Amino acid sequence: MFGKLSLSAIPFSQPIPLITSAIVILLVLGVLGLITVKKWWPYLWHEWITSVDHKRIGIMYCLLGVLMLIRGFADAIMMRTQQAMAIEGPGYLPPEHYNQIFTAHGTIMILFGAMPLVLGFMNFLVPLQLGVRDVAFPTFNSVGFWLTASGALLVNVSLFIGEFARTGWLPYPPLSETTYTPGVGVDYYLWAVQISGIGTLITGINIVTTVLKMRCRGMSYLRMPVFCWTSLASCMLIVAVFPILTATLAMLTLDRYVGWHYFTNTAGGNPMMFVNLIWAWGHPEVYILVLPAFGIFSEIFPTFSGKPLFGYRSMVAATLFICVVSMMVWLHHFFTMGAGAAVNTFFGISSSVIAVGTGVKIYNWIFTMYGGRVRFEAPMLWSMGFIFTFIIGGLTGVLLAVPPADFLTHNSMFLVAHFHNVIVGGVVFAVFAGIEFWFPKAFGFRLHQGLGKAAFWFAFIGFWVTFAPLYVLGLMGMTRRLQHINFPEWRPLLYVSVVGVGILILGVISQILQLAVSIRDREKLRDVTGDPWDGRSLEWATPSPPPFFNFAVMPNVEGEEAYWGIKLRAVETQQLSPEPKYEPIEMPMHSPVGFYTAFFASVFGFAMIWYIWWLAILALVAAYAGFAWFAWRDVHEFEVPVEEVARVDRARRAAREAFLARLSQQGALP
Amino acid sequence: MTDIGLPASIEAIRRVREDPYRLGHRPHGPEEPVEGTGQGGTGPAHKRILVGYGFWIFLLSDIVVFSCFFAAFAVQRDAIAGGPTIAQIVDVRRVAFETAALLLSSYTCMLSFAATNVRNLLWTQIFLVVTGLLGLVFVLLELQEFADLISRGITPQRSGMLTSFFGLVGLHGLHVTAGGLWLATMMAQLQVKGFRPEIVHRLICFNLFWHALDIVWIGIFTIVYLLGSGA
Repeated sequence: MFGKLSLSAIPFSQPIPLITSAIVILLVLGVLGLITVKKWWPYLWHEWITSVDHKRIGIMYCLLGVLMLIRGFADAIMMRTQQAMAIEGPGYLPPEHYNQIFTAHGTIMILFGAMPLVLGFMNFLVPLQLGVRDVAFPTFNSVGFWLTASGALLVNVSLFIGEFARTGWLPYPPLSETTYTPGVGVDYYLWAVQISGIGTLITGINIVTTVLKMRCRGMSYLRMPVFCWTSLASCMLIVAVFPILTATLAMLTLDRYVGWHYFTNTAGGNPMMFVNLIWAWGHPEVYILVLPAFGIFSEIFPTFSGKPLFGYRSMVAATLFICVVSMMVWLHHFFTMGAGAAVNTFFGISSSVIAVGTGVKIYNWIFTMYGGRVRFEAPMLWSMGFIFTFIIGGLTGVLLAVPPADFLTHNSMFLVAHFHNVIVGGVVFAVFAGIEFWFPKAFGFRLHQGLGKAAFWFAFIGFWVTFAPLYVLGLMGMTRRLQHINFPEWRPLLYVSVVGVGILILGVISQILQLAVSIRDREKLRDVTGDPWDGRSLEWATPSPPPFFNFAVMPNVEGEEAYWGIKLRAVETQQLSPEPKYEPIEMPMHSPVGFYTAFFASVFGFAMIWYIWWLAILALVAAYAGFAWFAWRDVHEFEVPVEEVARVDRARRAAREAFLARLSQQGALP
Repeated sequence: MTDIGLPASIEAIRRVREDPYRLGHRPHGPEEPVEGTGQGGTGPAHKRILVGYGFWIFLLSDIVVFSCFFAAFAVQRDAIAGGPTIAQIVDVRRVAFETAALLLSSYTCMLSFAATNVRNLLWTQIFLVVTGLLGLVFVLLELQEFADLISRGITPQRSGMLTSFFGLVGLHGLHVTAGGLWLATMMAQLQVKGFRPEIVHRLICFNLFWHALDIVWIGIFTIVYLLGSGA
């Protein structure tokens, strides 16, 4: 009846997961109770859960990502403390639990922390920056988000029902085959990643179509903000490589569930085929993450330097160069496979060459600051910290790209330090810079700057104190994923690393405080004009937060840096352009189809993990029935009346006129 | 969003042919650009173009999935682990019938879309039924092939080669089956609702899907069956 599921799946004997899950369940019940008591359900259902508004979906993506970052960070704290406590001793985490933690840490940070954050930024920003009202397929957008959330749910369910994989974040066979890992851990991994991967693919298709086919009048390719370019490149990579992940995991699933021989080490299976396939996805995946991060920095540097981006066209070229070359470097993850000198040389060179594209970008950002009026606000601090951190990470990466050197550092802590150096320094810093930068656009008030700067300095210093020792430990011969350590001479550096984690915790606390204080002082921090940072691209032309239709009248772009041109004209003539003729707007209707699909996807995944076949079939049938039901709907759009459009836009114009008047009173205008 | 009768891309193609040098370079050329194509200066594309375009991108991603299974087959083709070789298991005669059925179904699918373009409900439905039946014949022949192999003890669990053979061919069969389910749903919708714009958009997508499966099958037919029988 319930397949492999029984009460013994709940880890009663292990206090850490048991207490954690008790706390999580209490917290979730508390939040649900609060929502029920306050009667927020109708609001949540109509305004968020069924919303197809790209801004709402973007915000929900980011919320999911931030929650998962915290979960992944908790795993990181446990790993660092375990290694510090397990020098010539057992530590406090048994091996099978420790192995789950490093697996969960990698999986969650990349696929359920960084990916949702990056996708959230793309969703929120791309339509705004292109001057359009939504993405190409709003309802599918909602489906994509909820499928990602469904995957995240399954990963977290594994904490208190059953176990998670113990194989590392990429489940290499033959270890991940049933012969060697019979439990449900790998199955949790497979179904969670599979479901969220389909969600990611949907978002990728959506953004590619939006950028290529849905720009406002006059927004030709070479007038698009760089963030749109990097989103396009990143989403093209998603479309090209996420299917490889889907296929590879499907093959491993077949091996595990029906005893096939894709990757087994018997009967003609080929484990190295898995490693090749998974990295053919896995390496482009890190560029899927970091390209939008580059886009975020490319928006922040010009804004806070008061100058257009240096070398816009070379930035675009470098983006597309990275996009293509990122698919030709995957083998550097396993130079030690023994493919031979010629193959290793090819991939060593291609891995070094890809750094050229990134180098172009770094110089462009530096030259953007050169001669500008640099304002050291929190987003800018994160960006400048990124340049420093990312250059070091890139240099160690080029070192690892040299096959002979890689033979010495393969799977060492040096490697661990390198990829944290680029992913934390690149993606996480970008995400925090972006949150500081666009928070006022999303919510209508700015974040407290002092605490934001404190968070940056704690994170920046904490990062280096944590990871610099790991570089040295790697060169001293320490391999990754060690549950206990027999070399007392590594003790001082492991302790320093734990101190770094302590500093990082202070950074996280500053950010939580920053959010709380900013919400408390929101009236004081209110962004009245919609352009709090003196921005340059079209999202700043909207009020904060933007109305659900984004633009009352679709913009007509006449040059690069669309909004900067409009603003300069308004300041020169000391008036806004004449009031346009408003027309009613058609907008897509909210739809529960995303939530519905994800609900049954979760049920299906859970049923497959526990071999509850009838439930899996039931979920598939229900999902199909639901799809047919929703496809039967006749009305997909509703009309926003012209009065509503005019009211919203007149309020926006009034705020901007008041701002212009204030400027001229202060004598700031020429 | 509004819909248009003819795809604006046809108009765009005509203009590119007449003046090849404006391709992508001149969003603000002397002539006004074509509305609704979503190219450069004209603002967002029409819904019909968006749907087709998005579906093309999905198809590309689906073809990447197939390419992984093709790659697995290429890698494991000789990994027979003492079991039968590929030449011993393919039955080119049956596969010739399968191929004929599938290619013919693509033809009837195209005819159904020609009927859709002139908004003829009866002929659209007739050709869709024929398409579905030919697809069914294909799936049944494939199932017969699988059942036959399995009854002779030639199962995917036997060797790496058989795993990737069953995986690749089965994945395609699964796609055709899913396409058939989609087709049935579409026909019901079409019968009840007629040629509403969103229904026509879905028919475009279905057509693209069905033809893409044909293209993939050509690959399977050549690489697995024809090359396999000769090995």
